[in-house]
Amino acid sequence: MNAVADELSVNAAQLPRKTRLSGIARMERKWGILFALPAMLGFIIFVVGPMIASLIFSMTDWSIGSDMKFTGLENYRAMAADDPLFSKSLFVTLYYTIGSVPLGIMAAFLIAMLLNQKVKGLAIFRTVYYLPVLVPSIANSMLWLWLFNPDFGLFNSMLRNVGLPGSQWIYSETAAIPSLILMSTWGVGNAAVIFLAGLQGVPGHLYEAVEVDGGGALRKFWHVTLPSMTPTIFFNVVMGMIGTLQVFDQAYVMTNGGPNNATLFYIFYLYRKAFSEAQMGYAAALAWVLFLIIMALTALVFRSSRFWVYYEGEGKG
Amino acid sequence: MSISTARLLHRFAVYFILIAGSIAMVFPFAWLLRSSLMSTAQIFIFPPEWIPRPFEWRNYSDALTVVPFFRYFLNTMTIELSVVAGVVMTSTMAGYSFARLKWPGRNLVFGLILSTLMLPYAVTLIPTFVLWKSLGAINTYWPLIVPAWFGGGAFNIFLLRQFFNTIPKDLDEAAYMDGANPLTVLWRILIPLCTPALIVILIFTFIGTWNDFLGPLIYLSDSNKFTLALGLASFRGMYNAQWGYLMAASTAIVAPIIFLFFIGQRYFIEGITLTGIKG
Repeated sequence: MNAVADELSVNAAQLPRKTRLSGIARMERKWGILFALPAMLGFIIFVVGPMIASLIFSMTDWSIGSDMKFTGLENYRAMAADDPLFSKSLFVTLYYTIGSVPLGIMAAFLIAMLLNQKVKGLAIFRTVYYLPVLVPSIANSMLWLWLFNPDFGLFNSMLRNVGLPGSQWIYSETAAIPSLILMSTWGVGNAAVIFLAGLQGVPGHLYEAVEVDGGGALRKFWHVTLPSMTPTIFFNVVMGMIGTLQVFDQAYVMTNGGPNNATLFYIFYLYRKAFSEAQMGYAAALAWVLFLIIMALTALVFRSSRFWVYYEGEGKG
Repeated sequence: MSISTARLLHRFAVYFILIAGSIAMVFPFAWLLRSSLMSTAQIFIFPPEWIPRPFEWRNYSDALTVVPFFRYFLNTMTIELSVVAGVVMTSTMAGYSFARLKWPGRNLVFGLILSTLMLPYAVTLIPTFVLWKSLGAINTYWPLIVPAWFGGGAFNIFLLRQFFNTIPKDLDEAAYMDGANPLTVLWRILIPLCTPALIVILIFTFIGTWNDFLGPLIYLSDSNKFTLALGLASFRGMYNAQWGYLMAASTAIVAPIIFLFFIGQRYFIEGITLTGIKG
């Protein structure tokens, strides 16, 4: 009897509420789509549309000011078979990526580990390491151009001061990419700050567990710190890679792709093809190849992540 | 005692490496400043000197007037204001919609937009350029501004969605019961709660636009319309070996960003942390 009354009163309370809820649901749907509309339109106008268009361009011989003729996969064939600059630019870009990403990650990790030792003046150190990240890339390129200056630059004068021969830095075919890798380490502060935040989030009880088992600092690092940090390392590797594969400003301002194409970064080559030589079709094909390379590399890192990235708990991350 | 010695050594090593690294970080800045204040004669002395004598303040006034840097500054700020407003407004709307409003296909759409983070800009660069060219918008600011009003970038949407997700949903429901609609909920309740995240996005968008080079390079040809970054690059071509000028102009472009950093330091650290950890 009581139960029935309860049931009835619940139903009675639910009835108007249900219709009101569906009113809310309708309202959410309307406003939800409205609010997401700019982003959706942007996705279509500035991403999907251009992607389809560039795929089509890439199968034509189109250059600005001439007619567009469909040539199928000719651009891609030409790239692989007849264009030594394509493979050169690919090599240069990968060389730079392989040099600068791991080096940057290791340096950033070391800095973060040190900063995490309860040092005094943490805020000051953090600021000092982060400041170079803020320098606009054009000003950065200008500054390093001057630092690398073989005659009056800082580096060569320091080397000569201690009796070492100087280097031609970015003006030498062999030293150019290593020089730019060195330059990239000036910007490790970003990853270091991310790592530091990650390190501060490692639960203290994990370290205590190692201590109870009689483990030392090395064990703590190997069994707690490193595994806990793998998701952050993973994030930084992927983001770093996507960034280095798209280097442009340094090549444009500092080296103009030289000497002898030693710094012909991929995007710089693409820019040249598209905007100096007006070969839009070929440049679009270059863009798609880069896209496929980035996808493949990212997939590779993602796949490998199964073996080395450790997520605390399931489905968390 | 040996333990305390070991600890002392450890501390010493930590500070030693940190300080050495800091010096390495500061050196290029010192070189920039010192060169920006030196006469051409002193700059080419070997071994290099560190203290300008006399301080050549003229480098700044000269460098900033031989090229219309003030004009470039105004141009940059025009783009900045329009871009920052568009990004903050439309990414807030999208982030809110993806986090708190239920509509069919929402998660799929969000996933698609998020996937553009992996997309190299080169893929869309050429058709987008062709699009603006066919609209007659080359050498105007439209190509640099308009995209900001269409969602404000996957990354910002993602960041705001994360942030909106941390706020209890009861707040919205209570407001709905009082007859509010999502616009009021967003404006009255949520935006005041996520001001820090909005400031983070504002600052990083500002810096991204300040530093952008490829966009202005492709779309702007009339030197009266140049931005600071583009102006600085073109300056290099004109005054190739005038390192005093070049360093003064570079300093003038770096300084506002550093200033911004010191005002909003808290938001920077928060922002970087937010982006790195929740990824």
